[in-house]
Amino acid sequence: MFVTSAYAQESAPAAAEGDTHAGTAVPAAEHEAFPPFDAKTFPSQILWLVITFGLFYLFLKRVVMPRLGGIIDVRNDRITQDLDHAARLKGEADAAVAAYEQELAEAKANANKIGQQANDAAKAQAEDTRKKLEAELEKKLGEAEASIASIKAKAMKEVGTIAEDTTSAIVEALVGGKTDKSEIAAAVKSASR
Amino acid sequence: MAAADKVDPIHQFQIHPIIPLHIGGYDVSFTNSSLFMVVTIVLASAFLYMSTASRALIPGRLQSISEMAYEFVGNMLRDAAGKQGMQFFPLVFSLFMFVLVANLIGLFPYFFTVTSHIIVTFTLAVLVIGTVIVYGFAKHGFGFLKLFVPHGVPGYLLPLVVAIEVISFVSRPVSLSVRLFANMLAGHITLKVFSGFVVSLSAFGALGIAGSVLPLAMAVALSALELLVAFLQAYVFAVLTCMYLNDALHPSH
Repeated sequence: MFVTSAYAQESAPAAAEGDTHAGTAVPAAEHEAFPPFDAKTFPSQILWLVITFGLFYLFLKRVVMPRLGGIIDVRNDRITQDLDHAARLKGEADAAVAAYEQELAEAKANANKIGQQANDAAKAQAEDTRKKLEAELEKKLGEAEASIASIKAKAMKEVGTIAEDTTSAIVEALVGGKTDKSEIAAAVKSASR
Repeated sequence: MAAADKVDPIHQFQIHPIIPLHIGGYDVSFTNSSLFMVVTIVLASAFLYMSTASRALIPGRLQSISEMAYEFVGNMLRDAAGKQGMQFFPLVFSLFMFVLVANLIGLFPYFFTVTSHIIVTFTLAVLVIGTVIVYGFAKHGFGFLKLFVPHGVPGYLLPLVVAIEVISFVSRPVSLSVRLFANMLAGHITLKVFSGFVVSLSAFGALGIAGSVLPLAMAVALSALELLVAFLQAYVFAVLTCMYLNDALHPSH
């Protein structure tokens, strides 16, 4: 009210001024002031603005904004829910991957162990067989050496008698007559030394 | 004479009663201005109401527009005035939608532009400043007057600073209303003048019609500019409202 009356006072002389100017240029058409400053229209504009804007405000506040807010809240809830769900699924997938990897590592370790054991067992067996064979060979070698030694000894002994016989025969043939067996044996022995 | 009347760029702002009405010595007739206020709120309400009727989880185009407007104003208010400011969301949103739709409707030829009248924009600005003052005093009592006394100003400068702060506060409703009003008024006058050139030049035969291409191109470009201005002024009005409301919430800045 205060504002409108002030504006009304202000625009009254303005209107009069407009009249004097209009008197010379345009006679009939320009009796009114510049429309936006025409205070006569102010009460009507204010009243209708208050009515329409008031209704608009109430409608938006009571109907439109709760609805829009609801739509957006529901969507945001849904998005967070879906994100949570996705995060949970991802966690499950990660856990499954971790479990799988652990199992794989265990299986690998197991396989290594089994392989190692088999390897060790095979090695040990091979070593065992080799040792047995070596021992057997050693034994056979020893036996062979012993028989060679006995054969050699026997042969050496026989060589002495052969030499004595041959000597006595040679002596008999050369000298004639009988030879002393013990003399010949001593002679052979000294010669073979 | 009739042609000159038609080209008169002020004619479009004239208010004439449709249903004459007088109450207590005041002329409160239902005028073309009132008609377009009604058209504005009916269009805006109908759009917001019907576009959101399906409450779709995945919005269609129209629902997206409504949601964008809602979130745009909501973010604007939250940025300027914080969480507490959200209690003024209905006010800012209805101001923004009202001014925006009124500006846009005014762009149609032969349609009246509600916001091209200073008294309309001034009433809206007074509503905003009134809200700031009433809420400010209701919430902070005389602490609200700290708004005029900035921190860290030396004592001998204080009278000057307080005077400047008071003047700037008082000039707010004026600048808020004049900005919107003057933009709409000037834009529509310019549009009308250039469109008028097209008509008057065409009256001079073939050469005139050829020459009228220039003002026609200008009128087309200005229409695009006015569309931008319609959005921009609604935005500016809403942003400034948010900033003033922030003062009511937090007077000691």
